Amino acid sequence: MTTLRYLLAGGVLAFAGWAQAGAGKLQETAGVTQVEGSGGGGLVPWATLSGYDTRDEWSSSVFMTRVSLPDYRLQVFGASASIYDRLELSLARQTFELKNVPFGEREINQRILGLKARVMGDIVYGNWPQMAVGVQYKELENDAIASAIGAQDTDHGTDLYLAVSKAHLGVLWGYNLVWDLTLRATKANQFGLLGYGGDNNDSHEVMAEAAVAALLSRQLAIGFEYRQKPDNLSALEEEDAHDVFVAYLPNKQFNITFAWADLGIIAGEDNQSGAYVSLTGYLW
Amino acid sequence: MVIPMLRFLKLCSLLVLLACLPACQTQPTDDALYHELGGMEGITRITDNFIYEIGFDKNIVRHFEETDLDRFREKFIEQVCELSGGPCRYSGDSMVDVHTNMNITEAEFNQTVDLLIAAMNRSGIAHPTQNKLLALLAPTRPDIIYQ
Ligand code: HEM
Repeated sequence: MTTLRYLLAGGVLAFAGWAQAGAGKLQETAGVTQVEGSGGGGLVPWATLSGYDTRDEWSSSVFMTRVSLPDYRLQVFGASASIYDRLELSLARQTFELKNVPFGEREINQRILGLKARVMGDIVYGNWPQMAVGVQYKELENDAIASAIGAQDTDHGTDLYLAVSKAHLGVLWGYNLVWDLTLRATKANQFGLLGYGGDNNDSHEVMAEAAVAALLSRQLAIGFEYRQKPDNLSALEEEDAHDVFVAYLPNKQFNITFAWADLGIIAGEDNQSGAYVSLTGYLW
Repeated sequence: MVIPMLRFLKLCSLLVLLACLPACQTQPTDDALYHELGGMEGITRITDNFIYEIGFDKNIVRHFEETDLDRFREKFIEQVCELSGGPCRYSGDSMVDVHTNMNITEAEFNQTVDLLIAAMNRSGIAHPTQNKLLALLAPTRPDIIYQ
């Protein structure tokens, strides 16, 4: 993974030498950054790429996200590069802190390497939606908790997804409306934080994820997301997640998203819902 | 069993909402948008502000160095007037012919859209009205970029 990181950084720097950095997309159309570091939404990876690059440009961004739940806290940091409005490369690190744990492991760390390719279409222009395929390679840094709760694989897991998104200009009493539908093949328990696969199920299952948003202005979006999750561990029930969000995107350099995220029951603790805050900054 | 069922239903209703979207889109068959834009007077003001905004954008204005601005103004007004349902007929050249050999990039196209938005803001056009006009202009993009 460390080698991977250096390769990534080296690749990005080498690329900067001959490609042109830019932000030629329309305001708001790069969306924000989701919880695993891919361009999205908050919980859901959308078909949009993480940067404002057009087919002649590339761009990069960094983000941080915090979800404060009654019994846990999730923090995510990451960086992403988006190239020629075609390819997105992202790296994220999640830290999941457990409250009320008197001894032993108090946090779980997961690294996620993401790759997404826009296959066809454009979120704004043309009749077809924008369609992208992506992969999220997830690696747990500490497997003690995943082992303790009976995950089949406590080392790494891979999610594959297909995302379709479209903006419809002026259709909602003149406001722009955006939707996304994502199908994800996964066996991750709680996003992978509790390992991958379990005694109920140890194979990839297809999960549906969806989002709708209304763009109230060129800077403000509100919306709703839903993310279906597997339920692989017989001992620890897992529920689907959803959120309502307000995103403020004052310019193409920076945006901030506030949400109320409901992640359901996590490792025996009921009603894990709480405030979600995420910031994305665009570098060049 | 009840809870997963409920979740499933929630997801289904969202999917139904998504599926109905194309059907929810209605094309204006009347001159409502023309009037929202302020008729001929409003569209003229938007166009003048648009030309003003272009003049301050050094990247976009270079395409207009040899342009007959009076003609551009007249044709652009006609085009917006006709598209919004007003009493005009566009008498200019086709979008492909006009923009050929300019090699306008995707980024320049969007930048120009931003200038038009700035012009509409300056003219006091409401956000929903702006979107309705942009929705009518968006389909011209393939005829304009990289020609
Ligand atoms: C929504 C997008 C656009 C629309 C609806 C549009 C519309 C028009 C119209 C109606 C004309 C006058 C046609 C005629 O004289 O017969 C024109 C001319 C022109 N447009 Fe566009 N245009 C668009 C985008 C752009 C962009 C992105 C650029 C450059 C960055 C551009 C550069 C020009 C230039 C330079 C002329 C003058 C051509 C000449 O000198 O003959 N246009 N456009």
